[in-house]
Amino acid sequence: MAEQSHAPAAATPVLDVVDERLTRQSRWRRMLSRPDLGAFAGAVLVFIFFAITAGNTGMFASDGVLNWLTVTAQLMIIGTGAALLMIGGEFDLSVGSMIGFTGMVIAIPTIYFGLPIGLSVVLAFVLAMAIGALNGFIIVRTRLPSFIVTLASLYMLRGLTIALSILFTNRTIVSGLKQYSSGSFVAQLFAAKLFPGFFQWLADNGIINKLPNSQPAVPGIPMLLLWALVIAVIGHIVLTKTRIGNWIFASGGDANAARNVGVPVSAVKISLFMVTAFCATVFSACQVFEFGSAASDRGLLKEFEAIIAAVIGGCLLTGGYGSVIGACLGALIFGVVQMGILFTGAPSDWFQVFLGAMLLIAVLFNSTIRRRVTGER
Amino acid sequence: MKSTVLRNVLIAASILAAATVTTTTSFAAERFVFVSHAPDSDSWWNVIKNALKNAEHDMGVTVEYRNPPTGDIADMARIIQQATASNPDGLVTTIADFDVLQSAVQGAVAKGIPVITVNSGTAEQSKKLGALMHIGQPEYDAGKGAGERAKAAGVTKFLCVNHYITNAASVERCQGYADGLGVPLGGQMLDSGIDPTEVYNKVKAFLASHPDTNGILTLGPNSADPVIKYLRDTGSASKFKSVISFDLDSDISQAIKDGIMDAAIDQQPYLQGYLPIVLLTQYVRYGVIPANNINTGPGFVTKDNIALVEKLAGEYR
Repeated sequence: MAEQSHAPAAATPVLDVVDERLTRQSRWRRMLSRPDLGAFAGAVLVFIFFAITAGNTGMFASDGVLNWLTVTAQLMIIGTGAALLMIGGEFDLSVGSMIGFTGMVIAIPTIYFGLPIGLSVVLAFVLAMAIGALNGFIIVRTRLPSFIVTLASLYMLRGLTIALSILFTNRTIVSGLKQYSSGSFVAQLFAAKLFPGFFQWLADNGIINKLPNSQPAVPGIPMLLLWALVIAVIGHIVLTKTRIGNWIFASGGDANAARNVGVPVSAVKISLFMVTAFCATVFSACQVFEFGSAASDRGLLKEFEAIIAAVIGGCLLTGGYGSVIGACLGALIFGVVQMGILFTGAPSDWFQVFLGAMLLIAVLFNSTIRRRVTGER
Repeated sequence: MKSTVLRNVLIAASILAAATVTTTTSFAAERFVFVSHAPDSDSWWNVIKNALKNAEHDMGVTVEYRNPPTGDIADMARIIQQATASNPDGLVTTIADFDVLQSAVQGAVAKGIPVITVNSGTAEQSKKLGALMHIGQPEYDAGKGAGERAKAAGVTKFLCVNHYITNAASVERCQGYADGLGVPLGGQMLDSGIDPTEVYNKVKAFLASHPDTNGILTLGPNSADPVIKYLRDTGSASKFKSVISFDLDSDISQAIKDGIMDAAIDQQPYLQGYLPIVLLTQYVRYGVIPANNINTGPGFVTKDNIALVEKLAGEYR
């Protein structure tokens, strides 16, 4: 951040002056210069917008809230990975294809080769992270732009997903996973509904809606939400409180300078590609176990949604600047806008126009706020 | 300068808000949501959208048409959950993938929202979901009917051009055709993709490497139009004993008139859009609903009855 130096002129040396990099900024000032402040303001704007336009449509009833929170959580998972990678100075366009691919890796061996479902899930994570590492390795080694290299993986993974599923199963939707997964530990891990008793109690006491069969309108918190929260919290702590976090900022800010001061830039970047692959696999595992099927067109265009979330959240496309909290707020904005537009009843032909316009407004608003408070020009 | 940007953003947001408010509050009648599985790029659904507009006007209700922009069925499940949360008076949905949509549709039924299923899916699946009825064309039977027609024409080796391979119903159509013909499906189903240039070239490559193919089945305008273009470009229509397509558009009806294509399987999509809205309206207002499922197809459009159909193809047929 370009702070003007307030050090006194060299002619009048003052011995007790503190190095300006070590001066304590006021708490207020620090808060205002956070990368995620704009996203926070954008999120508030979006909520005001939908409170006005969709306040009485069920969007803010319990099942409506769960609906847009689920979409937000999905995006938070891949958005966190994308944000970390983007701060580290690279992109991963293979996230969406990775979601489709790992879903098939979970479903096909389980159903067609009799592999225990837990092993299939481990296999999916191992394969995904190996491919992520390969992406990173190629980029670090060849110094090609990550945009191109991961675009190649986008096509190859999507193609592999279709080709392998046709080869092994002669179909592109592999369903019927529920009978293998029901009751298993991994199914619980990725798709359990938490605190059903609590939600029943909420419904019994009229705090949330009840269905006609006296079940609560929301049966519980899906594990997806917990995964999103855990990944975001870990991502945030690693980025802001650890040495690895500083390495990430340094690698994205200026890779050469970082190398010169001893930051293991290559290792950092390769690990970050493994993180995005890991996040994509968590996304697909939650989806596969929720729906009991994998399809070769799952995750289409999700790589862009992940990048959009990170950018709305204040990550710079050039790297070296951004935050995980911002990416999560970006995911919230995107999730609320995406589902909220449906609640307003806007005609669907215009849906994507509205979506694009809302996003542009959120990003403009966000960057304007940030520029105002940080005094950037 | 900066404050004007901020102000403009706020003004734009409030205009957008105002526009949306007016669209939601200008009707007070029953509100139905129609959820399809079709990606934005699938033009065939235009007939259904027109049918919904007519039904909206005739019944004095509002209908919101929703679809997953990329055709991802998992996204479609979210849209059904969203529609359920918005408390509509009725829900119409396709059963593009029973497993994926099961919990979402059952959630709507559990909330007491009347549901009618249309288009993709079977009557049994519809019943299992707790829907009131299914309005559509039994896909396997329609494919089989086409296969039997092709057999009568003397087809022995065929190509089934599948432009929507991730939809289980599409595969059933090809399977039905193969069974009607009495040959195994094997490698005769082609995953063509939806881009016309891609379809054209994949079909060209397939026919070059399988020169003994003498029958073609296409699963809709997205695969039929490029195939028609191929047949016209190469002048090879006479080589095929039977060329049949699912569904209709203006290119297909012209091809039937010119003798390039033998028949189109018409599932009369207009009815799949119009009827569920009419029936749901009556159900909500007076509690009446037919006891049976409705088969809107298959009807075969050939050279004999094309004149009637042609005028309305792509709009209402």
